[in-house]
Amino acid sequence: MLLIRCPFCGPRDETEFHYGGQAEIAYPADPSALTDEEWAGYVYLRDNPRGWFHERWTHSAGCRTWFNVRRHTVTHEIAQ
Amino acid sequence: MRHPDFLWRNPSPKSAYDVVIVGGGGHGLATAYYLARNHGITNVAILEKGWLAGGNMARNTTIIRSNYLWDESAAIYEHSLKLWEGLSAELDYDLMFSQRGVLNLAHNLPDVREGRRRASANQQNGIDAEWLDADEVKKFCPILNTSPHVRYPVLGATLQRRAGIAKHDHVAWGYARAADALGVDLIQGCEVTGFEIDGGRVTAVRTSQGRIAAGTVALAAAGHTSVLADKAGIRLPLQSHPLQALVSELLDPVLDCVVMSGAVHVYVSQAHKGELVMGAGIDAYNSYGQRGSFNVIERQMGAALELFPIFSRVRVVRTWAGIVDVAPDASPIIGPTPVEGLYINAGWGTGGFKATPGSGWVYADTIANQRAHPLAEPFSLDRFTTGALIDEHGAAAVAH
Ligand SMILES: Cc1cc2nc3c(=O)[nH]c(=O)nc-3n(C[C@H](O)[C@H](O)[C@H](O)COP(=O)(O)OP(=O)(O)OC[C@H]3O[C@@H](n4cnc5c(N)ncnc54)[C@H](O)[C@@H]3O)c2cc1C
Ligand SMILES: [Zn+2]
Repeated sequence: MLLIRCPFCGPRDETEFHYGGQAEIAYPADPSALTDEEWAGYVYLRDNPRGWFHERWTHSAGCRTWFNVRRHTVTHEIAQ
Repeated sequence: MRHPDFLWRNPSPKSAYDVVIVGGGGHGLATAYYLARNHGITNVAILEKGWLAGGNMARNTTIIRSNYLWDESAAIYEHSLKLWEGLSAELDYDLMFSQRGVLNLAHNLPDVREGRRRASANQQNGIDAEWLDADEVKKFCPILNTSPHVRYPVLGATLQRRAGIAKHDHVAWGYARAADALGVDLIQGCEVTGFEIDGGRVTAVRTSQGRIAAGTVALAAAGHTSVLADKAGIRLPLQSHPLQALVSELLDPVLDCVVMSGAVHVYVSQAHKGELVMGAGIDAYNSYGQRGSFNVIERQMGAALELFPIFSRVRVVRTWAGIVDVAPDASPIIGPTPVEGLYINAGWGTGGFKATPGSGWVYADTIANQRAHPLAEPFSLDRFTTGALIDEHGAAAVAH
């Protein structure tokens, strides 16, 4: 079970959070200029590394803020 | 005491093969077997980084069914189920394939509507499916608590009588022995670390046992497909997650069907040896760690006890996880890739064991004829660009 540090509430049990997948996915700057391939990339393609991963979590049973975490996908270690 | 005969040779890799299959799980083994048996292509190697079928093939809960919603899925899973029905005889190996029936429970009105709709869609696709009301569910599975006084009462269920379970290790060993006998090299302890690509065409794989030239390279690496594809410069719409399962101590026969509930998040069957086999959905986060979080187990046990109060004093003896590769529409990806000669068969996620024969069959045909088999065509990589997704979340989230 993960111990996740909420920036407001401090370290809390994983069960208080929901996962949001890869972090820093920006909405396309000029959406109408995108090709179908580029839209598919924005909607469906995410990194899936074996190693460090920059990801989103939300403290849904707490303060409800969204924040980024760097976590290792093999050891599950969370970078401080 | 004499050691029993080995089921397959343990050859060293040759320097070149017509087809190199990456991953010696169920899908890789079945693909090699059908390449040899259906297409006469026998200069084939399976490269497995660990031991044969030690990945998800060793970790799954063996549920086999074909009651998926959409025509495309129904076609490929039913093709697979039909192969299962003759597979023990074909491989001359007792796969302990038991068509004991699978119940998918409904606990609320949307579940009921979805279940009835799916049963009706299945019937129109020629797949056996029935809708049972709560009393009929109780008759089919008497130890199930169908009392209206629980938090999530059972309102009904779909039943596929031809669905059931098999013994996963026997499936792997049966395919491995048969493929080996047809000349396929099964190479264990051989990790693929990269690809040689020349003018857009794959020509060889680099491995922990050296370079191996290949006419065609076929990925069958389940949860690790993204990592491999990345080495060939291909990004895939796949995310890898832990999927956990557990077994109880051995019991006398107590449960003679498979019961799944997507709403309360648990499923259970009793294996031939006597242990209860239970599981739920994936752990939400990405992982390659082959373990998940305890809260997922705790939650599924709560649900299991409400459905089966008589399990309350049964002890858990083992929990584990495998890494499953999930696509955005909970459907597999089968076919060619942007790299010529490199094929992909992945995204089976939480439900690929049942597909082992069917997947191997259509993948072998795809490789042999260098185009997608008709059953594989809808599952192409470019469906994410065209938008022709095959959304099976209803049939494939907690239900595997
Ligand atoms: C807990 C759990 C329960 C499940 N329950 C069910 C179920 O009830 N019904 C169902 O239909 N499905 C179920 N599944 C899903 C099913 O197990 C998978 O979809 C299926 O096994 C995947 O295909 P495979 O057998 O080829 O995968 P695997 O057995 O995982 O084979 C992939 C192989 O590739 C190898 N590999 C990876 N990278 C490399 C590399 N670089 N070089 C060489 N080899 C490599 C791995 O070591 C592995 O052996 C379950 C899965 C899990 C984890
Ligand atoms: Zn918080």
